[in-house]
Amino acid sequence: MDIYFILGKLILIVIIFAISLLTAMYSTYGERKIAGFFQDRLGPDRAGPWGILQPLADGGKLFFKEEILPVNANMALFIAGPSLSMLTACMSTAIIPWGTYLDIFGTKFVLQVADVNIGLLYIFGVVSLGVYGVMIGGWASNNKYSLLGAVRAASQNISYELAMGLSVIALIMLNGSLSLAEISRNQGESLFGLSGLNWNIFYQPLGFLIFIVCAFAECNRTPFDLPECETELVGGYHTEYSSMKLGFYLFAEYINMFVSSAFMAVLYFGGYNYPGINFVEANLGHNAAVIIGLAALFAKILFFIFFFMWVRWTVPRFRYDQLMKLGWQILIPLAIFNILLTGVGIMLFDN
Amino acid sequence: MIDKVFYFLSFLAILAGLMVVFTKNPVHSVLYLILAFFAIAGHYILLNAQFLAVVHIIVYAGAIMVLFLFVIMFLNLNAETEPQKPIFYKFIGVILSGVLLTLFVGAFRKLDPIYSDLPQTDIGLIKNLGIVLFNEFTLPFEIISILLLAAMVGSILIAKKDKAVVE
Amino acid sequence: MQSLSNRSKQVSQKEMTFMESIYLPAIIGGLMITIRHFFAKKITIRYPEIKKLFSKNWRGVHVLKKDEQGRERCTACGLCALSCPAEAITMEAAERKKGEENLYREEKYAARYEINMLRCIFCGLCEEACPKEAIFLTNEELAPSRMDRGELIFGKDKLVEKQHDPDNKKRGGGPLEERLFHSKENSSYKSTFEGISNS
Repeated sequence: MDIYFILGKLILIVIIFAISLLTAMYSTYGERKIAGFFQDRLGPDRAGPWGILQPLADGGKLFFKEEILPVNANMALFIAGPSLSMLTACMSTAIIPWGTYLDIFGTKFVLQVADVNIGLLYIFGVVSLGVYGVMIGGWASNNKYSLLGAVRAASQNISYELAMGLSVIALIMLNGSLSLAEISRNQGESLFGLSGLNWNIFYQPLGFLIFIVCAFAECNRTPFDLPECETELVGGYHTEYSSMKLGFYLFAEYINMFVSSAFMAVLYFGGYNYPGINFVEANLGHNAAVIIGLAALFAKILFFIFFFMWVRWTVPRFRYDQLMKLGWQILIPLAIFNILLTGVGIMLFDN
Repeated sequence: MIDKVFYFLSFLAILAGLMVVFTKNPVHSVLYLILAFFAIAGHYILLNAQFLAVVHIIVYAGAIMVLFLFVIMFLNLNAETEPQKPIFYKFIGVILSGVLLTLFVGAFRKLDPIYSDLPQTDIGLIKNLGIVLFNEFTLPFEIISILLLAAMVGSILIAKKDKAVVE
Repeated sequence: MQSLSNRSKQVSQKEMTFMESIYLPAIIGGLMITIRHFFAKKITIRYPEIKKLFSKNWRGVHVLKKDEQGRERCTACGLCALSCPAEAITMEAAERKKGEENLYREEKYAARYEINMLRCIFCGLCEEACPKEAIFLTNEELAPSRMDRGELIFGKDKLVEKQHDPDNKKRGGGPLEERLFHSKENSSYKSTFEGISNS
């Protein structure tokens, strides 16, 4: 381990951290703007040109708001709740492969913080911890509505984690690896005569459908935002929160959205691969191909964030029993069926 | 370096384990138990058993403890509602934990100290683990899966409403 | 009964077909509807820069008019106060003195004329009742807001027309648009307004 390796990784961590926070910040602006556009309005457009300074204004407002701590709340856990939410949301960015490597003055600079060989399981580990922030915060508030929100979040996340895991198993069978770098590399092969188009979505459409539905549920996004269902639970688990602690909860939701969009792009939509990657590499050089790939990955992520918002302003919220029925009685059997189908497919075509 | 991490994790695990027993608030107990699980997962990583570590976190911290927390949050346990147990129970508890302690002490006394410095192996990596599991230990693996299936069917049967009672 | 919009649909509770029960076609249909709105023309009027037109029968804050020579028209007959359903208007009459002919048109005038804006419902009956065409609800100000109740009793200082405008005989004058639109001509704003009123 030389010093340059550690320094490079540190720089990468800081950059990725900054990018994910920035994307989450502008997701809040994007959400409001996109909601406006879907409703034939303009959305926020006063702070700066086209309102692009709106997130700063929102952040400033949240920071300077009065901090209200309920008297009967459990103080330590009340503060731990939003912190845990933020922590787990940020942790999963560590293993996203942003590209193969950059060649800077003969030194290989790998564009991934950590290529752990259990990458996919790491995601599930972190995602399964994400619910603690919500649960602890909801319980520590000492409020019925918060507790109900927390309980809903817990049961919802556990239910949909199962279907999500099962949908990804089919993908693992196809790729033969849990490492995200490996999965990305496999998708760089050619399909239909075009290099870099061997995306998993062409082999796993059903798996992707299950995955995206579960991702919506895991992020507590509409139509599955029952933990913060304001018509029933006031504000859900963050009823008692104010100021930047509330901000952390909201922010964690947007980081989760960014991370799950990134995973959808990496797992099913080819990651940093794009059609014609070999052609670009042969003609413009390796670094150019990697940088265009980075841009392609970002375009995919932004599209999925847009899709999250698009669905939010289209589909109404589920009822709680419908949510549980969908998770346990439809998605899980469907995911198991998908595993069987993939197994049969591998048997037929690979041998 | 590894030594220091080991001692830190062990200290954390033991401290968290003690706190599970000594805290008054059951929710805090559960949270300390989660901390203990993390410390143990850290030990797995020190042994280069990444798969075991992550599965440990997913299954125990991510699923089982969430359900524990789920139930305890609903119970609203505090000093007033705690049922008065007869002294007899405490007596049995002391005896049983004493027996367990003797068992452990006896087992560790016999333990070969050669295991204190394990060679760095790749047995814990998922590929090697899978090969071992499906070659040498296929039968136990399948038997365990049948056991789990039976447990699952049993739990569904218990959870299911009895139609005769409902009507 | 015939529906007014012709868009009503008969609700049926029959079993869903398989295609309906997987919901995805319906969700995709919904997504298509929303994305159409995403690219549709926005109807937002960017208020401080673009102001919406007042309607032809806009009733704003009252104005006590003056005549062609700049004399107050009001003779304090009290018909406006009588007709006011909210009893918001009070006045005190006084006799015109020598040398005040250029201030008041008639021999009797309102020495004090007050409208309680907290009571006024902007119905316009005072305007209808006035025999001298002295009071109009033409001021293009919305119902005012103040910090103090006392400030909301508008006296003559606030109500009387500031300077005499010879063309402004009755409800202004000139073409309707010029009267009702805000002073600044803004073609884009006008087109926006037409777009809304046509749709």
